[in-house]
Amino acid sequence: MKLSFFKAAAVAGLASLAAMSPMTHAGGHQQLDSIHFLVPGGAGGGWDGTARGTGEVLTRSGLIGNASYENMSGGGGGKAIGYLIENAESNQGTLMVNSTPIVIRSLTKVFPQSFRDLTPIAGTIGDYAALVVKADSDINSFSDLVEIFENDPNELAIAGGSVAGGMDHLVAALAMKSAGADPLAVKYLPFDAGGEAMASLLSGEADALSTGLSEAVGLAEQGEVRILVTTAPDVIDGIPSLKSEGYDAEFVNWRGFFAAPGISDAQRDQYVKVLGDMYNTPEWEEVRARNKWVNIYNPGSDFVQFLEKQEAEIGGLMKELGFL
Amino acid sequence: MIEGMLTGLSAAISPFNLLMVFIGCFLGTFIGMLPGLGPMSIIAIMIPVAIQLGDPASALILLAGVYYGAIFGGSTSSILINAPGVAGTVASSFDGYPMARAGQAGKALTIAAISSFVGGTIGALLLMIFAPVLSSVAKLFWSAEYFALMVLGLTAIAAFAGKGKVIKAMLMTIFGVMLATVGESALHNAARFTMGIMDLQSGIYFVTLVMGLFALPEAIFLVLDRKRSQAMENNNKIENLRISGSEAKEIAPVVARQSVLGFLIGVLPGAGATMASFLGYGVERNLAPAGEREKFGKGSVRGLAAPETANNAACTGSFVPMLTLGIPGSGTTAILLGALVALSITPGPRMIEEQPEVFWAVIISMYIGNFVLLILNLPLIPYIAKLLTVPRYYLIPFVVFFSLIGAYIGQNNATELLIMVALGCLATLLRFGGYPLPPLIIGFILGGMLEDNLGRAMRKAGGLEFLWERPMTLTIMILALCLLIYPMLRTSQSNHNEPPKTA
Repeated sequence: MKLSFFKAAAVAGLASLAAMSPMTHAGGHQQLDSIHFLVPGGAGGGWDGTARGTGEVLTRSGLIGNASYENMSGGGGGKAIGYLIENAESNQGTLMVNSTPIVIRSLTKVFPQSFRDLTPIAGTIGDYAALVVKADSDINSFSDLVEIFENDPNELAIAGGSVAGGMDHLVAALAMKSAGADPLAVKYLPFDAGGEAMASLLSGEADALSTGLSEAVGLAEQGEVRILVTTAPDVIDGIPSLKSEGYDAEFVNWRGFFAAPGISDAQRDQYVKVLGDMYNTPEWEEVRARNKWVNIYNPGSDFVQFLEKQEAEIGGLMKELGFL
Repeated sequence: MIEGMLTGLSAAISPFNLLMVFIGCFLGTFIGMLPGLGPMSIIAIMIPVAIQLGDPASALILLAGVYYGAIFGGSTSSILINAPGVAGTVASSFDGYPMARAGQAGKALTIAAISSFVGGTIGALLLMIFAPVLSSVAKLFWSAEYFALMVLGLTAIAAFAGKGKVIKAMLMTIFGVMLATVGESALHNAARFTMGIMDLQSGIYFVTLVMGLFALPEAIFLVLDRKRSQAMENNNKIENLRISGSEAKEIAPVVARQSVLGFLIGVLPGAGATMASFLGYGVERNLAPAGEREKFGKGSVRGLAAPETANNAACTGSFVPMLTLGIPGSGTTAILLGALVALSITPGPRMIEEQPEVFWAVIISMYIGNFVLLILNLPLIPYIAKLLTVPRYYLIPFVVFFSLIGAYIGQNNATELLIMVALGCLATLLRFGGYPLPPLIIGFILGGMLEDNLGRAMRKAGGLEFLWERPMTLTIMILALCLLIYPMLRTSQSNHNEPPKTA
């Protein structure tokens, strides 16, 4: 037992060594000494990957001196938010990563705080949502999907990788609503993760799948599924979007960073600038491509406006669906 | 296909990849031995290293080695200190720990190692032959079938319903299912039974529960029960690895059956090693002759071999949907998939054709990995088993220390420790009352999946019709009923036939 503990330490050491080695050749345009990243979930999740990827780019490109990370799970992210607010004084150098669920979960009162209690810095990456069917499905377009749904909503089971009332469900409801159909009637099958939802689609249990575009693209390339429509503002690689098809609905699942409440405007602007400058580095392009992230930069006050708009939209929809 | 296999073979036996297999297995085994550190966290740690390797085949070989190494090593803490760190090795503690307590730690570890080896190797063989065909199996199962499968898994509980304990085992199962309902419900987006504690929002964390339920009371009982641990120290059979001929004969059919069954369960996305090990345990108990069945839960060699074979075979099986469909069937394969994508490989039906060398190199490395694991583990067993001869005043702090670390590390959340201690106190009281704890953990693990699948199946079918609408659901449900009823009939029959014995 004792021996194996040292092995564990050795692995952890090895891993961090490997992760740190490229950090040594830093450039001369350093803007900040360090950033401490607070991840409201466990290691290995989407939030974790975003924080570590961003930190890696910032240090490797020399924009900051060094990055440290702290995982704090609990309460669907609420624990970390509470911590950052309570300890704002001592967390001036901390950026917390978060994403669309911060909006949804503060609406459903999973935690009492909202983004307003923090200092929004910038949305950095995002993923559009997509509605997907099996490659050999008879459904050829979003309007086909709506037609089946309007005939008998029970005939159309839509799977997704989040809970009922969660993001994937809301996207399906949003799409139906934009087509004038009843969003309440959506027969949604919730799965733990996107992979299981995808299996449900391939098994024929679900007739359609609501998921992230980047996840769907991989399987579409393999010829297993077809992407009907995205929630992007425009056509992407020949895939129509709800907007381009004439339906008035848009959705982006963003990921971004928040600082502690009450930091000075100068400090906020500094964080906004360093994240903005990160986009132009070759290191960012490499990490972004590796993770298949989509650049959706939304800095400072634009970010606040975006969050307010998303909150109003999602809040309205959730009320309509009876989740609020 | 043959050509692809040959390129795969030459890639797999390149010195560098052999080294990767070895390193992966080695690290996996040793870290897996620590309670609370499952394959998921180890793989997450290793991903940056693997990506730096650059070559997708080497990276996947390394990570796969870590994966089955961790499952292999995970059984050690289950058997020796009753602290399974991974859900897939919980069932191994049911009979493995009683064996270790009875001074047969060496034998128990050997059975675990050999069962794992056979399960993993047969699994790899099945993967090689049937992967392309089996990908369609993963597409057959709906939530209705998963629900039926969970019910089938619950029949394993019968194993603990020994004389006079039927009601207690049932109560504990239901308690476990109740604990599984704590936190957010997938179907209604509402938190339940959190008592306002934010840390319970996403439910009780599995490792916290297992450490609280198994490891902590174990430490407490070691303190309370001086005589038992004293006997332990004087036992010199502990390092004995020998399995008798009759035992080998007993285990062989169990291992053979569970290699295939475990693999098939592993193929199903979402079922995986945990389900396979419980199902294997339950099935083997029901198949065992009446006298042997009594031993289940008290140190049966069959009861140890079954889950150990099944969980390793299932790990291999879980590569089927990942490699052939691009669907991660478990949290661990989801992380592996992420690593593959980062290396710009998209697993899926076209991978076998477009990158045959990666596909086959991984499969062939699995054989090598299983050999490495066996060679690595067998000579070490006497030393690992000796752990039990460590005086308890040294051992207890270690058990407590590692349990606390295990509960903390996954979530980085200090409240987990309080929850764990609370559960530990509860479990100690339950043990004083003679309530069996394994049914609780089975109820907890299967309960969550049971609820989600029931909810989805009902939503899909619009009611309970799903139970008989699809032949496969119906078949599995009937099978589950048979497994429950048949042993009862057999027991009552044998009671009728041998009245003098009972009298």
